[in-house]
Amino acid sequence: MNNKELMLIAYKVKKHVIDAVHSAGSGHPGGSLSISETLALLYFEEMQNLDINNPKNPDRDRFVLSKGHCSPALYGVLAEKGFFCRDLVKGFRQIDSCMQGHPSIKDVPGVDMSTGSLGQGISAACGMAISAKLDNKSYRVYSVMGDGETQEGQVWEAAMFAAHYKLDNLCAVLDFNGLQIDGNITDVMSPLPLDEKFKAFNWNVIYAEAHDFDSLRSGFAKARECKGKPSIIIAKSTKGKGVSFMENAAGWHGNAPNDEQYAIASAELDAVITELGGVG
Amino acid sequence: MSQKKATREAYGEALAEFGGKYDLVVLDADLSKSTKTDTFRQKYPDRFINCGIAEANMMSIAAGIATTGKTVFASSFAMFAAGRAYEQVRNSIAYPELNVKIGATHAGISVGEDGATHQPIEDISLMRAIPGMVVISPADGYEARGAVEAAILHKGPVYLRFGRLAVPYVNEPDYKFELGKGVTLKDGSDITIISTGLMVKEALDASDILKNEGISARVINIHTIKPIDKEIIIKAARETGAVITAEEHNIIGGLGSAVAEVLVENFPVKMIRVGINDKFGKSGKPLALLEEYGLTASNIVSNAKKLLNK
Repeated sequence: MNNKELMLIAYKVKKHVIDAVHSAGSGHPGGSLSISETLALLYFEEMQNLDINNPKNPDRDRFVLSKGHCSPALYGVLAEKGFFCRDLVKGFRQIDSCMQGHPSIKDVPGVDMSTGSLGQGISAACGMAISAKLDNKSYRVYSVMGDGETQEGQVWEAAMFAAHYKLDNLCAVLDFNGLQIDGNITDVMSPLPLDEKFKAFNWNVIYAEAHDFDSLRSGFAKARECKGKPSIIIAKSTKGKGVSFMENAAGWHGNAPNDEQYAIASAELDAVITELGGVG
Repeated sequence: MSQKKATREAYGEALAEFGGKYDLVVLDADLSKSTKTDTFRQKYPDRFINCGIAEANMMSIAAGIATTGKTVFASSFAMFAAGRAYEQVRNSIAYPELNVKIGATHAGISVGEDGATHQPIEDISLMRAIPGMVVISPADGYEARGAVEAAILHKGPVYLRFGRLAVPYVNEPDYKFELGKGVTLKDGSDITIISTGLMVKEALDASDILKNEGISARVINIHTIKPIDKEIIIKAARETGAVITAEEHNIIGGLGSAVAEVLVENFPVKMIRVGINDKFGKSGKPLALLEEYGLTASNIVSNAKKLLNK
């Protein structure tokens, strides 16, 4: 898929994010917008053997959204991929919908693991990766973590495990947007330097730009080529990417836009979608 | 019946035995020699994964493996399995209804010398409050073996509570374990002693003592604390009119609470909960601790007499 097509999917995902969070009146737009390009590339290019008619295909590559609060982006990309009807995403967080606030394996087709409690998803991804090794299967496991999430001690337990068992079929992506609910990650509780920490844990550390498909693509290729070590792509991102007033603003971590803000956000995203040749 | 075996010992042997029959993966957190999962590791090293001293990670790893279709046992001391990793058990394993069996050993104060930090007396309470979690507390080696196979055959999360201390057998070698079914070990008409784990033997001894004093005490073993066998409990209450529960656990939230919940909603009778009376354990020899905390046949006897005003 070319970059323009991928960008169109990423912006459709962003539109789902804004629609879902606005209609729910709550949710996490900032971090969902910062991972939209990563999810578009993963689901439309990188991940293999995905089958919308058989979401549990045992040979499929897996994805675990360790930062589970960014579920609107995951639901958006799964809908665009065709795992379920696009309109379902608008039921996000509502009582009569299957679109739970955080991803639920039981409720949403295409979701590979229930997540939401930070730090647990990356461990579950390690579990999937070691299971592939036990069975001599070739599927790969991807997981997106938040930078703030690395403040959870469990992330480092998982980091130790993945390196110890040489899980080179595991590729984590760290959404490095620098912000968490209470502010800058360096003000709240600095996890830096993250690259040096993962290197010290014996991971293959790759740097990428989260909103640049060539950069991401090359990152995933480097991860695939690396043998004997798990890989992590530290993807420098802009929280709120694509909606001007949400960009780089910690306040949009977990807040829904009001009607007026929603109209502005929609118009901005629609303009990009139209420019890319899609229907806004 | 003079032979003794710790339920953790039977657990390790059962894993090794059933490892040939079922596709199991066993995880431990650096305690395999104590939890006895090492018995499985020796036979099936390729399906044993040591997670190091990181119980929280282990529970979520177990969940991840289970999503790929395997039956996973995750073992540690009950303190860490149910306590430290509670939220991982709840959110990574139970909420997604994954096929993970938590093999928790060293439950209760019979852990002994290690003292209060290693003596979980709240684990039944914690685990049974999680939606969909099955909670099993076997009384002897035969029951532990049966419980392991029943847990394998049950689809979904199961918490298995094993002890460190070697305990006498209360069942026969050909014992058939039935998940969710209480077992009447001794019939009786004046009072019922409902017990679990190593307290089943104390309940049987208490029944013998009471018999000599002219009191006919029924003894029921509730190995599956959740889902609990309501019928056997209600029937016993109806037929004997008084109930004592006996457990190696805090009297808050464990077997006594589970039985009380069944009775108050269905057939309220006089009741006393024998167990650890809302205090922490301490270091000491296991049997001395059980004596000091009132987890004995003689304490069941005195409470039974108190309940019957005798």
